[in-house]
Amino acid sequence: MALSQTEVLAGLAEIVNEETGIDTSSVQMDKSFVDDLDIDSISMLTIVMNAEGKFGVTIPEEKVADLITVGDAVNYITDAQ
Amino acid sequence: MSQPTLNQYSPVKYSRIYSLGAARGDLVVTNDDIAGPIDSSDEWIQRRTGIISRRRASKDLSLMDMAVEASNIAIKRAGINPSDIGAVIFSTITHPHQTPSAAALLADKIGANPAPAYDVSAACAGYCYGIAQADALVRSGMAKFVLVVGGEKLSDFIDPTDRTISFLLADGAGAAIVGPSETAGISPTVWGSDGSHWDAVGMTASLLELRDGEAGWPTLVQDGATVFKWAVWEMVKVAKEALEVAGVKAEELSAIVTHQANIRIIDELAKQLAVPEGVVIARDIIYTGNTSAASVPLAMDALLTSGEVKSGGLALQIGFGAGLAFAAQIVVLP
Repeated sequence: MALSQTEVLAGLAEIVNEETGIDTSSVQMDKSFVDDLDIDSISMLTIVMNAEGKFGVTIPEEKVADLITVGDAVNYITDAQ
Repeated sequence: MSQPTLNQYSPVKYSRIYSLGAARGDLVVTNDDIAGPIDSSDEWIQRRTGIISRRRASKDLSLMDMAVEASNIAIKRAGINPSDIGAVIFSTITHPHQTPSAAALLADKIGANPAPAYDVSAACAGYCYGIAQADALVRSGMAKFVLVVGGEKLSDFIDPTDRTISFLLADGAGAAIVGPSETAGISPTVWGSDGSHWDAVGMTASLLELRDGEAGWPTLVQDGATVFKWAVWEMVKVAKEALEVAGVKAEELSAIVTHQANIRIIDELAKQLAVPEGVVIARDIIYTGNTSAASVPLAMDALLTSGEVKSGGLALQIGFGAGLAFAAQIVVLP
């Protein structure tokens, strides 16, 4: 069953927390991975890989660069389910 | 006339690694030493790679010099004579001659002439490829003892301004003697390749392009995202399969010795494998850097030399890199 946007955000926040230690409450739709959350490209790849596993979706490498904000990732995953 | 009966090799049941030998580049190169041309910093490099410093060889220290040093140590530790060596396998991507092989010269220099000798080109998986072949040669009866060397002088093939891989790279050689055993010492190897990602990591140009003036000196370069993803996600599967075919559980390992590609890959791989507490994860990269084919034997030798692991314990070793190519096996620590 497809998860709602809120459920995807909660799941993604857990993945971000596990990789970076950033508090889940800081992982909000309008936050930029790089500028606001200070996530480097290797952590971003790790987050993407874990998100693929957790949500059962495929996020192509060329798409990763377009995921600027948490909202971009949540929307992509929600649509891709 | 009756058909003559052919003789074939008489197999032996088991093989094991008798000993290791290690040689590293003679220079300690810090992050500050190389940060300028890539507009970077010690902090950035450490955070990205885990490397604090790397060992590189000075101009006068050749790949062959390091291979000879590592081999002589391994031969001495194994307690064999060089003339007992029945094959020499040299895994390298930085031997500066297309032909003849580095292995033939190495065999001669260490006193193993006229042993069969050949090079293996499997980049960072090369040493584990070599151990797979040595295991097969010994158990088939084709050779009593096999010398396997993984050695690189990667600093001959780097671009100081390259931000994809050059700053990780280092020089060294690791050697192993494989021979017959009373008990199982090398598990079946899980190995393979994926040429659909042939260009994910490799050289900037071919020698023909260099000859024709279409490119400068070829140096190493990688698509970091593709390699990182493959190295973690696919290698977790390979590592699990290696444990399964060996009949060993992760908690029975003393150590996991991965190719020392990048601390972030090593740590993520360990995390995805859910490595039990008490299993030592080799992190030789911190003060050695990424030495491609040499990294697994160098890292294993460091763990044994420091006493972090003991002879007789089990280690999962896994190499992965350009090709793409990969190989993993469980070995009894020498």
